[in-house]
Amino acid sequence: MSPSTLPLGALSHALERGEAQPSRILDECLARIAKLDGKVHAFLRLTESEARSAARAADDRRARKAPLSPLDGVPIGLKDLFCQEGVETTAGSRILQGYVPPYDATVVRKLREAGAVLVGKLNMDEFAMGSSTENSAYGPTRNPWDLERTPGGSSGGSAAATVARFVSGALGTDTGGSIRQPAALVGCVGLKPTYGRVSRYGVVAFASSLDQVGPFAQDVRGVALLLRAIAGHDANDQTSSLRTVPDYDASLEKPVRGLTVGVPEEYFGEGLDAEVETSVRAGIDALKREGCAVKEISLPNSPHAIATYYLVATAEASSNLARYDGIRYGYRAAARGSLLDLYEQTRAAGFGAEVKRRILLGTYALSAGYYDAYYLRAQKVRALIRRDFDDAFAAGVDAVVSPTSPWPAFRLGEKVDDPLAMYLNDIYTVPVNLAGLPGISVPSGFTKSGLPIGLQLIGKPFEEESLLRLARGAERALALPQRLPPLVTK
Amino acid sequence: MSPATATHTKSFEEWESVIGLEVHAQLLTRSKIFCGCPTAFGAPPNTQVCPVCLGLPGALPALNRGAVEMAIKAGKAFGCQITERSIWARKNYFYPDLPKGYQISQYELPICKGGSVPVPQPDGSVRKVGLTRIHLEEDAGKNVHGENGSQVDLNRSGVPLIEIVGEPELRGAEEASEYLKALRLALLYLGINDGNLEEGSFRCDANVSVRRKGTSKLGTRVELKNINSFRFVRQAIEYEIERQIGVYERGEKVAQETRLFDNASGETRPMRSKEEANDYRYFPEPDLPPLIVSREWVEKVTVPKLPHERMAELVAAGVPAADARTITAEPRLVELHARIVEAAGRDSAKRAANVVTGEVARLLNEGAVDLASPRFDAAQIAEVFKLQDAGTLSSTAAKDVLAELLRTGKPPAQTVQEKGLSQVSDESALEAVVDAVIARSPSEVAKYKSGKKNLLGFFVGQAMKELKGKGNPGVLNALFKKRLD
Repeated sequence: MSPSTLPLGALSHALERGEAQPSRILDECLARIAKLDGKVHAFLRLTESEARSAARAADDRRARKAPLSPLDGVPIGLKDLFCQEGVETTAGSRILQGYVPPYDATVVRKLREAGAVLVGKLNMDEFAMGSSTENSAYGPTRNPWDLERTPGGSSGGSAAATVARFVSGALGTDTGGSIRQPAALVGCVGLKPTYGRVSRYGVVAFASSLDQVGPFAQDVRGVALLLRAIAGHDANDQTSSLRTVPDYDASLEKPVRGLTVGVPEEYFGEGLDAEVETSVRAGIDALKREGCAVKEISLPNSPHAIATYYLVATAEASSNLARYDGIRYGYRAAARGSLLDLYEQTRAAGFGAEVKRRILLGTYALSAGYYDAYYLRAQKVRALIRRDFDDAFAAGVDAVVSPTSPWPAFRLGEKVDDPLAMYLNDIYTVPVNLAGLPGISVPSGFTKSGLPIGLQLIGKPFEEESLLRLARGAERALALPQRLPPLVTK
Repeated sequence: MSPATATHTKSFEEWESVIGLEVHAQLLTRSKIFCGCPTAFGAPPNTQVCPVCLGLPGALPALNRGAVEMAIKAGKAFGCQITERSIWARKNYFYPDLPKGYQISQYELPICKGGSVPVPQPDGSVRKVGLTRIHLEEDAGKNVHGENGSQVDLNRSGVPLIEIVGEPELRGAEEASEYLKALRLALLYLGINDGNLEEGSFRCDANVSVRRKGTSKLGTRVELKNINSFRFVRQAIEYEIERQIGVYERGEKVAQETRLFDNASGETRPMRSKEEANDYRYFPEPDLPPLIVSREWVEKVTVPKLPHERMAELVAAGVPAADARTITAEPRLVELHARIVEAAGRDSAKRAANVVTGEVARLLNEGAVDLASPRFDAAQIAEVFKLQDAGTLSSTAAKDVLAELLRTGKPPAQTVQEKGLSQVSDESALEAVVDAVIARSPSEVAKYKSGKKNLLGFFVGQAMKELKGKGNPGVLNALFKKRLD
């Protein structure tokens, strides 16, 4: 295997041992992107020259055995909603076409400080609203395992770029499953940290109380290294936690013997694809082999999560997206007439259908006379969903295990005209965001037709350390061969 | 001008107005409420901005605790209940000067509830006008309309404000104006607002309704906006009261609406109706945790005395009520007075008041003194008092020394010496002159001795002439008496 196809965690070891050189790895990645991204469409734009000079600087540090971090020289991609100074950032929307932020998101700054090589900006559903990247204003991303299928979303570009080895790792955001679902659909590891673990400063907002930044990589170690680099308190984000960031890597190989995983009945019900269920149950058996206790549990309010989510998330989104009015930046309609005409025409032409649908839903949910019945009630149900998890944890469960997505990657166009069917993609991931908990998707196998399947582990708040350890336990026990999509090996 | 015709005015006594004021006061923090940008007024457009106050994608608010502290100060001063856990809320509406499309404010749980503003009355009593709440929020930017279209200046975006919502307890424009003046002065005393209506750092909206006297049900409320001077407050409210009475007397209904005051015509005109009113879709701001104000924090915040308390103190110390009013109307005069008294002793209050309302006020009017950065200090004024008390300075000379001190900061002793103003009080030095005057005025001496005691003034005057005005009149008086009686 060439170093550029190694999983991030393994690549970091290779760099440490001097068996790989950042510039070489970047060259290989850029060559692969040039050859294949016309088909995959993971990138919206490359930052090639900056990446090359960052890689050269990393070459030098690595040669001197003075790396900035285990990520020094590792090529990383960014979902196109992380502000990067001087680099166009569109959030997959026409309304931000041409918008160049004057500042770096905190996580972007932290990645630079860790020596990561930032390769470019990755495709996504517009404003992270969607589960297939088909809502991108710039065309969908395709699943490297099957170009007729979706890589999931909204961080579909991040997932596809990771599994196609365009980059060794990527950052995405997860508001209702937007990291974990695409990770499952392309067969890589994707982590949504606890709400507040990673700064949201400089991250284009979808739903502020749910959004969380997280990493993608081919292995659990890679995700652990990326989390360590981006986590921590940020004075610019007052919802970020003051808790210290542990060295996740250091405890990764500790045995999971004695930990208890809870299997919630509500997450294995109607609508779950049989092959997915079989694979996830095999993953649970693998954890048993590692010494975990398995306990049947109930999370009775989780079935209300989708309805709750589409009130809370849309309400916040309707407000967060008000700033895109054509006055200061981004797209402006060539409207003649009143101020209202300018607003209406800019937003009518600048936003896509799904974004408009959600702005309307959210505006309605917050309207005078409806607030109590919708938004307020949703917040109450949200508290109940969180309480279910707290009860399970209090009863001795260390993590909850479930499928990540009810089905493997679906065909492009298959659900695009049926929003409700699309929303059900996130049925197992959304409760985790509502409860503010950390969740991770780990590959558990493939379908007979060769599509990846993911298993989700849900941890206690701020216990990413044990969650990653469990994920590593599953990875170790399942011992899936590191397969490359045929597209990449050809 | 007035919408009320003569027939209406006749029945005016049958009506009473009910007024509640909402005041937006910019807080005097150095930096904005949710970012580090400076708040100074008058910088070139869009030079005091950053991603946060520009509302750029991805930017998040970070609370400035200095603004919270000032809100606590106001809450303590007005006897409000300070909320231990208050909630930030988003007020959503579209306008070009509002870069995020929402204003971060407080809605259901404001930082201060209840309380009252003390309003000094002409008879010396103090009326307490109730407050509904005080909440913190961020200011919007400013739209600037010119020949080349409209432009937006976001320097003001994110400047901290408190909104002080008064109870509808005011009757008539005069009461409203008195309340507003008292509130403004109180905020100046607290050092949290500069009281500048013209620059918009102290802004007032008025809710006005009228009802027939003797009824308790409130009439339909009209909100008046764009009132940016005390004169306009009175004008706008008076106009609106007359207008509403006129509407009712014609048998029509007052519409619930927002009206804009037009300074030029002195009239109010409709801005938007209830139907057109924004639905602000308030909801808790997810980017900020609840605002926790501990009891310890509240206790640590110090509150200076308010105008009515200072007024009572001055009167109790013997300062005439009129002087006390003049002094308390200007925080810097109060401060100066207090510092003089501190240096000159407690019994100097009245005398210090004389200086402050006399010499200081006069020079202030002439623009010869700047109390923001004075050239003198209060201890030097006390020094002049001492020179006067010791007989070194006559009262006239003391005034000269004082004026010089206030204008230039020249130490009193130096002025006395340079201008040769010191009085001769030494008896031995005066005796010769006294004797000489007696010697050359035999007929006056005879008259005096025969009972014309008021000739004493003549003798003293003669001696003063000889001494070129520098003799101590008290000592001269005593010496003449001793010789002649």
